Amino acid sequence: MSLYVDIKKDLGSFVLETKFEADGGVTGILGASGCGKSMTLRCIAGILKPDEGRIELDGRVFFDSEKKINLKPQQRHVGLLFQNYALFPTMTVWQNLMAALLPYEKDKTRAASAIRLVMEKFALDGLEKRKPGQLSGGQQQRVALARIFLSKPQVLLLDEPFSALDDFLKWKLELELAGLLEEFPGSTLFVSHSREEIYRLCDRVCVMEQGSSSPVIPVKQLFEAPVSRAAAVLSGCKNYSRARPAGENRVYASDWGVTLEYQGEAPRDFKYIGVRSHYIYPVLSKEAKGKKNTFCCEIIRVIEDVFSIVIILKPKGAADPEAEAGNRQIRAEMTKDAWREFCRCEKNPGELWIFMESRDIMVLT
Amino acid sequence: MDWYPLYNSLRIALISSVIVFFTGIFAAYYIAKLHPVVKGILDVVLTLPLVLPPTVVGYFLLVVLGPRRPVGAWVLEVFHTRLVMTWYSGIFAAAVVAFPLMYRTARGAFESFDETLAYSGQTLGLSNTYIFWKIRMPACRQGIMAGAVLAFARALGEYGATSMIAGYTPGKTATISTTVYQLWRTDNDALAFRWVVVNVVISAIVLLIVNLLEKRERASGKSVVHLSGRN
Repeated sequence: MSLYVDIKKDLGSFVLETKFEADGGVTGILGASGCGKSMTLRCIAGILKPDEGRIELDGRVFFDSEKKINLKPQQRHVGLLFQNYALFPTMTVWQNLMAALLPYEKDKTRAASAIRLVMEKFALDGLEKRKPGQLSGGQQQRVALARIFLSKPQVLLLDEPFSALDDFLKWKLELELAGLLEEFPGSTLFVSHSREEIYRLCDRVCVMEQGSSSPVIPVKQLFEAPVSRAAAVLSGCKNYSRARPAGENRVYASDWGVTLEYQGEAPRDFKYIGVRSHYIYPVLSKEAKGKKNTFCCEIIRVIEDVFSIVIILKPKGAADPEAEAGNRQIRAEMTKDAWREFCRCEKNPGELWIFMESRDIMVLT
Repeated sequence: MDWYPLYNSLRIALISSVIVFFTGIFAAYYIAKLHPVVKGILDVVLTLPLVLPPTVVGYFLLVVLGPRRPVGAWVLEVFHTRLVMTWYSGIFAAAVVAFPLMYRTARGAFESFDETLAYSGQTLGLSNTYIFWKIRMPACRQGIMAGAVLAFARALGEYGATSMIAGYTPGKTATISTTVYQLWRTDNDALAFRWVVVNVVISAIVLLIVNLLEKRERASGKSVVHLSGRN
């Protein structure tokens, strides 16, 4: 099972330029809203026509601008789950499901038993006579998924499937969806702006930014070793500084005014370093002297979050007037217990020494 | 009391509403897909009968359908039928005048239709014909029904263009509106008043139906149909 996409579409405000290949399993497309994720799915489904390029599924050409091939959506056998689920509002649940069987199942008895089977599987029993407007968000999603499964698609395209649900329901449905995705034999494309969803549900991920996609990489790699700053931002990293080489495995972080040690290979022509908020540790001032990757910061604010403490810091060495505004501050996050414990031993509210492990410093282009 | 005008008015209004129902819907559906410039021009042309005085519409109809004019002459020669001054001439007048109401209301209904429903139908392998009749039309049903009722009401009340193209011949081309005028002109106040009452009752019923449709539409959380037919 393999889906090949290489398309270009000029949309005036930006150019959609995606190229990726998805082989079996679940491939995530991660990007901020408006970056062209949904549009890519619509091009694959045949709802939108790209200006040029090629879309292919298991050797079947969906679209090829050179050979002037452009299959109708009806011919592509693609299951697209819309953000709003797109259930037919004037039809009952049963009729909605029946609509998916209409194109290929003419036998009424067989159709009915297929629907009954899928209703049981998707926990929809008893809802057959309801209209979509009378269903909860979770039920609507299950009907939409059941409808797609009935149409026997060769590839599954999920467009932000959880965006219309509240937090509590999201978790429950995510677990259900994970189970269903395992059973689905074809490839799945999962579009989301949420890195957590992508991390939990996908095997591989393709980051999209401003209409262009980066190569597909294993999900773990995106979160543990992003290469570009854009990828790091999407993976949730919040602290950046411009950086230049300063000897072997050392960089000078110019926005913070410190030299730091890192591990592993740095990409060529790197420009930034990034450190996740959770990987910044407070150090007692008496232990800080001479310790590597340790420097002193001014405390700007201490914010109490739901389960953690967020400390906004300004490196004392930061004097570069050209520093990007967002880079001047460092955001450190830790559990409330850890912070309380630290405050018991250290009584200097104005400043804070922080330490970063060299393996946690990401060198980025 | 001779009920012929009521019968004639109703059949003219019904036939022209049926014509306008289909042409209005298809115009609304296909014009929405056109290039914005073409769409703008067609939109103006198709809505003009709504704002032009009916006598101007009658003038245009006579210019096209009159027995010495191209279309009228051709029909006369081939089918040996006159298109003006017959009972069915009123259909042309009523259809042209009522068309914009159907067209604009249907267009409003189609514009508020969630296009992703059609897309999801396509990806499920459903034909475009199925999507139009089973998904799009039912979803827009109330707006389209309201448009049809308004078009019927307008067709029933048509006077200006009808009097020019069909005239007033008792028992042949007389409609309620032309009869009221004729009776008034000939000082038959009492009978004119009876026809006025008939007309008011029919119009009130029609408006009642529109209101009921609007109420149901509002209850189902969709956009409200505008009486003017404008968006």
